[in-house]
Amino acid sequence: MSAATAHAVAAAHAGHHGDHHAPAVDNYKEQLRNNRLGLWLFFISETFLFGGLLAVRFFLWGDHRPELDQFIGLLVTSVLLLSSFTMNLAEKGMEHGDMKTFSRGLLATAVLGTIFLLGVLVFEWGLFPAIYQGHLTPWDNVYGAVVFAMTGMHALHVLSGIVFIFIVWRLGRQGHYTPQRHWGVEACAIYWHFVDLVWIFFYPALYLIGTPVH
Amino acid sequence: MSLMSLGLVRGLIGQALGTLAGLFLVTLIRVLAGMDPIWAEEPAWVTGAVLGVIGFLIGVGALTDWAKWTVGIPTPLHHGPPVGKPAWVRYFSVDYNHKVIGIQYGVTGLLMLMIGGAFAVIFRTELSRTGLQFLSADTYNTLLSMHGWAALMAILLGIGGMANYLVPLMLGAEDMAFPRLNAFAYWLNVPSIVLLMTSLFFGWDGGWTVYPPLSVIGSVGYQFVFYSIFTLGLSSVLGSLNLIATILRMRPPGMTLFRMPIFCWAILATSMIQLTATQLIGLAFLMVSFERLLGMGFFDFEKGGTPILFQHLFWFYSHPAVYIFVLPGLGIISEILPVFARKPLFGYRWIALSSLAIALVGFLVWGHHMFTSGYAEYLRVPFMLATLLVAVPTGVKFFSWLGTIWGGRLTFPTPMLFVLGAISVFLIGGLSGPILATVASDLHLHDSYFVVGHFHATIFGGFTFPFFAAIYYWYPKITGRMYNEAMGKLHFWIMTPAFWMMSIGQMSVGVMGMRRRIADYDPALGVEFGHILVTIAGFAIAFSILIMIYNLLHSAEVGKVAGANPWRSRSPEWQIPSPVPEHSFAAPIAVVGEPYDYGLPNSTYIRMAGAAGDD
Repeated sequence: MSAATAHAVAAAHAGHHGDHHAPAVDNYKEQLRNNRLGLWLFFISETFLFGGLLAVRFFLWGDHRPELDQFIGLLVTSVLLLSSFTMNLAEKGMEHGDMKTFSRGLLATAVLGTIFLLGVLVFEWGLFPAIYQGHLTPWDNVYGAVVFAMTGMHALHVLSGIVFIFIVWRLGRQGHYTPQRHWGVEACAIYWHFVDLVWIFFYPALYLIGTPVH
Repeated sequence: MSLMSLGLVRGLIGQALGTLAGLFLVTLIRVLAGMDPIWAEEPAWVTGAVLGVIGFLIGVGALTDWAKWTVGIPTPLHHGPPVGKPAWVRYFSVDYNHKVIGIQYGVTGLLMLMIGGAFAVIFRTELSRTGLQFLSADTYNTLLSMHGWAALMAILLGIGGMANYLVPLMLGAEDMAFPRLNAFAYWLNVPSIVLLMTSLFFGWDGGWTVYPPLSVIGSVGYQFVFYSIFTLGLSSVLGSLNLIATILRMRPPGMTLFRMPIFCWAILATSMIQLTATQLIGLAFLMVSFERLLGMGFFDFEKGGTPILFQHLFWFYSHPAVYIFVLPGLGIISEILPVFARKPLFGYRWIALSSLAIALVGFLVWGHHMFTSGYAEYLRVPFMLATLLVAVPTGVKFFSWLGTIWGGRLTFPTPMLFVLGAISVFLIGGLSGPILATVASDLHLHDSYFVVGHFHATIFGGFTFPFFAAIYYWYPKITGRMYNEAMGKLHFWIMTPAFWMMSIGQMSVGVMGMRRRIADYDPALGVEFGHILVTIAGFAIAFSILIMIYNLLHSAEVGKVAGANPWRSRSPEWQIPSPVPEHSFAAPIAVVGEPYDYGLPNSTYIRMAGAAGDD
């Protein structure tokens, strides 16, 4: 499990088991506000990581870009955008005590996230040449290197998001969350939207901006 | 009690097992995939290093609570020493009390300071004569590179120690905002230290900056450095996140941001840099690591990359990092000075905002390390101007300190001496800064010993001296006993003149043509006498620090009982017993006045619930 998930899970659950001195309700509210701030600070930090990768792309590629499969790019981007919608459904379901929507929304998000991952790994990376022969490698030149670095770092976050979703899904089905207290669900949802948002910047930087080389 | 009940021991065993698992896993995959040769050094050691860190964290127990949460098991926070074990055991295990974690950080920091210092003393001795006496050039380079990172680790740990111990106490808070994250962030440092020390056995020679292409073609020792620093960086990010959340959210009623003890402002500014810039050095090191592993050509001209990119990424962290190192120390100076001048801190708001200003301007100056790198020439002047701008908020601090001292009723116990020493040493570092920031003079002085003298002065003035001041100042609060004043003064009066000699000596041999990071030099340079003086000074500093260590250990047993508030401070942490009880504040506090109104009649800073009237 990546550090990102570890932290988000940590923040997600701190609310349940905070300090036992103060009255439980006040304490939950206080801790919830701490958790929200903590999670957003974590995003600020992560923004510098992804911003660094974007800077690398513009430093090394300038106004050029490699020839990537535009259809796959559009497809995985749409899938990921759609997954933010299903994630929102899940969160709203929890808020209204609708466990069925919560459960299905999370599963749909995980499935869409997995389709995104497979799209990147199978087609952009060409990890399984039997299915699809990729045309970029990390070692040939700086175009392949940056594509693999950016998609790789992002894929790692999608993967940790999927792990996070499964943890929250299981805890939700075991009844650990209520419409009033579900910081874990909230954290998971915000984290997923953040990872989605990163891709909204990565997609044009990789697929659209600049003239193709070759 | 068995040795296995110490988290540290379990962690180290976990790291060893994790490393072995990594070596085995990679070899197994290569066997199964029919790759030749079966043993591949790079991927095996990298996987081993990563799994080793995870093994440590599992072994020490830093992940246990979170692992339980993922399956829905509640884990109430445990307070106090572990049940059925001696009290000291908690310092070697995962403990969620910020005071314990602060001590863990601080002691580990002192340990790394001595290790890093020992490396320096060894290669410093080699430099006292021309020619190679007892080190090979490779060993010299390895020791020099190790000195850099070991000392930087010591600094980050020392800052962690001060921040974790003091910030919640100064805010009158029960603990940090995220106690588990706090412990996790501390324990990341230990596997990081193990990885760094492991790199010693492979040897690496790039200096702490590990520029490619040297770091791409060098030994596998570099990989250990990369993952060591990556782990350290993760600790920085999580630790600073926790501190920002604590400072913004856990202040008592009445304590507006401008009524915080000034040290909290320094930590807020430092944490803002740590939270963000650290990601860039992590990214840079990962990229070199993967260039070595997979041949990804980020920094390789033949593949369309450039080593200059590494320098940009590296310095985007590593220049602001200097402000990470010095801002807390400057905060300590501002914190301690009014107590021993018995006067209000001069220009509180200016000091507070100057910390923020240094932090923000710090993001715009990284290119001044690259004047000679061959990057676009039009970048030079903007970076020079931005760098010179740093002198403004730094100057604000200096004049505030002078204003605080002016007309004060000064006393000079050891912490005050170290604060004044810090100001004098930081002045040397500060005045030599603009010379390096200016393009014309930097082109001449770049990579010379002048730079070495400059940054040792800024770091000793901005971190080491204030850190020692803080240790002496809060020692009675931590242990309940007073340190030995005579030994403290001896430490100061050896270290300060020795440091002036060292720093000014380094600068002068640099101006005379001594390059940094070389094991030998031409006798015709005429710098041998200078090097002998610098070496003698180095030994004197090392010796004086040993006096301090002895003082700290000895006084913990025989020092006279200090009482709650020996310095007559107004800060919250001094209004509670020494040593601080498990739950620091018996009752919530409220802030009713200004923090530094020393010497003003009828002024009160905090009120403790249940206590009647003013103190």
